[in-house]
Amino acid sequence: MKNKKGNSKDVSLSVNCLGDGFDPHSSLAHTHCSCHHDHGESSRPVETQEEIIDRAVENSVLKALFGNNETSRREFLKVVGSGAALALISDLFPLEKAKAWAKEAPGKLEKTNLKIGFIPITCATPIIMAHPLKFYEKYGLKDAEVVKASGWAMIRDWAINKQTDCTHMLSPMPLSISMGAGSQATPFYMPAVENINGQAITLHMKHRGVKTAKEMKGFTFCVPFDYSMHNYLLRYFLAEGGVDPDKDVKIRVVPPPEMVANLKAGNVDGYLAPDPFNQRAVYEGAGFIFMLSKDIWPGHPCCAFATSKEFATTMPNSFKAVFKAIVDATHYAHKAENRESIAEAIAPRNYLNQPVEVIKQVLTGKFPDGLGNMHNVPDRIDFDPFPWQSMAVWILTQMKRWNYIKGDVNYKKIAEEVFLASDCSKYMKELGYKAPATNYKKHKIMGKEFDPAKPSEYLKGFAIKSEG
Amino acid sequence: MAALVKQKNSLLLSMVILAVFLMLWHLLTIGGTGQGLPGPVPVLKTAMEFIRHPFYDNGPNDKGIGILTLYSMGRLVFGFGSGVVVAIIFGVVLGLNRTIFRAVNPYIQILKSISPIAWMPLLLYSVKNSGITALLVVFMASLWPTLANTSFGVANIKKDYMHVSSILQLNWFSRLFKVVLPAAGPTIIAGMRISMGSAWVAIVPAEALLGSLGLGYFVWNEWNNLSLTSVIFAIILIGIVGVIIDFGLNKIAERIAFVD
Repeated sequence: MKNKKGNSKDVSLSVNCLGDGFDPHSSLAHTHCSCHHDHGESSRPVETQEEIIDRAVENSVLKALFGNNETSRREFLKVVGSGAALALISDLFPLEKAKAWAKEAPGKLEKTNLKIGFIPITCATPIIMAHPLKFYEKYGLKDAEVVKASGWAMIRDWAINKQTDCTHMLSPMPLSISMGAGSQATPFYMPAVENINGQAITLHMKHRGVKTAKEMKGFTFCVPFDYSMHNYLLRYFLAEGGVDPDKDVKIRVVPPPEMVANLKAGNVDGYLAPDPFNQRAVYEGAGFIFMLSKDIWPGHPCCAFATSKEFATTMPNSFKAVFKAIVDATHYAHKAENRESIAEAIAPRNYLNQPVEVIKQVLTGKFPDGLGNMHNVPDRIDFDPFPWQSMAVWILTQMKRWNYIKGDVNYKKIAEEVFLASDCSKYMKELGYKAPATNYKKHKIMGKEFDPAKPSEYLKGFAIKSEG
Repeated sequence: MAALVKQKNSLLLSMVILAVFLMLWHLLTIGGTGQGLPGPVPVLKTAMEFIRHPFYDNGPNDKGIGILTLYSMGRLVFGFGSGVVVAIIFGVVLGLNRTIFRAVNPYIQILKSISPIAWMPLLLYSVKNSGITALLVVFMASLWPTLANTSFGVANIKKDYMHVSSILQLNWFSRLFKVVLPAAGPTIIAGMRISMGSAWVAIVPAEALLGSLGLGYFVWNEWNNLSLTSVIFAIILIGIVGVIIDFGLNKIAERIAFVD
């Protein structure tokens, strides 16, 4: 702790000397630093610790190039322009790599034997496969372990009790836990989404004739958790079809493996569940896939990578390492050509404990639906780490809509506190991936537009809701 | 001689019951008539696979059945051991003092009838650690039967024994160990056996609900894969281990029990 304080003091001292080297009007000579220039005018002001390191690296490269000849540097920059100069020098010298090295160097990992909790479902693919495929190791987390939990309540309790450092969660969970809905209020972060799409509505074989939500009145459904996309997507789907999910059907919270058994026994009519349990029902001959969740909301978030604010702030370097490992692994899982080998890596008993055939059908998107049709939907499940804050706002509107949270909700504030979109985009760029320029966008759910700037108006537009 | 023949007959009858059960099981599940329930042959095959490598370790979520059994038994030893010690101490106090006994007994009766699993959420919330919670659940399960039996046993020691110990002017310590405990011994042991049974019963759901390694975890992990052969194997194993533990406790009891 002492050491860290020392570090940040050093940085704040030297920041005075970090004029923009690419600004022809600024000076790089230290002696000029004490206030001859107003650094606020600098074309690219530095704020965060990382930007400070970036600037320091850039300036030392410039110094190496021009020696201490301030005049020639200024002349050069005036002629070429600072943007072009930056590009030119980056071409000659691996500036981005040097910056990355400079940042890696002081970041000694506080803890390398992280415990990361997961539920054995394909949504957790990047979190799980990062272990056998050594993504954690690649980022220095040598003895990271992934530990299996049997239910979401267990995931929540492990995370709050600090038995796990980081954890797989349903994307509504970090929001609800931070707000204290269905839990002790504990500030949580959601650095990255794991999978998008990848869920389905599965119905019992006896309902093979069912085509619309209207015909589902009187059904008993299962979802894995109250605070899940499964619950909110199922409710949305039913309500759009004129079915009140509170009055016209029963929705029960049931662990996924029991959903399959219950479906087989005919105790329930269907469920909106994570895979492999939709495909497993087909494999067992218990049900058929009625609708993929991507046909409700294409690209919807599902599961997430989460950690407590406490872990992120007390172990910043380990947090950063695991964050990057996850962003990297999620991109790896996104690539279609990797899916088969991933399926083989995560099917064994230590991880998912499922037949590899079923996992392959889920991950490759080539699957039988249980009614005799073969489908080929490569994005049946997909992986994209970027945690759109607009997604958080949507989740909050649904939690409000179905009365899981009460009172006034500051949608934007909670979304921005919990979904670490800016950090994720930074690491995506650092690892060489494209990142969105904004943290909010409009979404289309069953053809209806959701504008994250107007959550209250959006909520008012629903005829069916249980909000009091 | 007659006793031996009778014993032989019982053994024979046991074998017949087992054979009939296995035959029925096999016939009812053969050719998919059992709604996908596995018959004895596939269960035996699965069992052989697990038993062949009982101590492998493929990471934190996949360990051999031998290791898992040891985890559960370790939990039992600690939870049951501490539960029984506490129960005997309080039991003796209650047994020796009628007033306290009458005052406390209604609460014991209420607490006794609560399933130890019902305590689990409350324990987890307060101790914030699933390993310790699992131990406490086992502790709670073993506490009440021994406590009830000990207090009952001590309260019903023949008055003559107490008189004799008074006449011999035994001090408090030797009175406890030479008179009270041996005299109440059989009742206490009977309580301990019930405790052991309920502790073993509580371990499986506790492990499954808390994700702590052990036989309960095994059952849940295999159920997650809908692998009924493994689940049935685990059920049989849990039963056998339970019998072995009870047998062991009985042997120990025979050595220390006082015969009236």
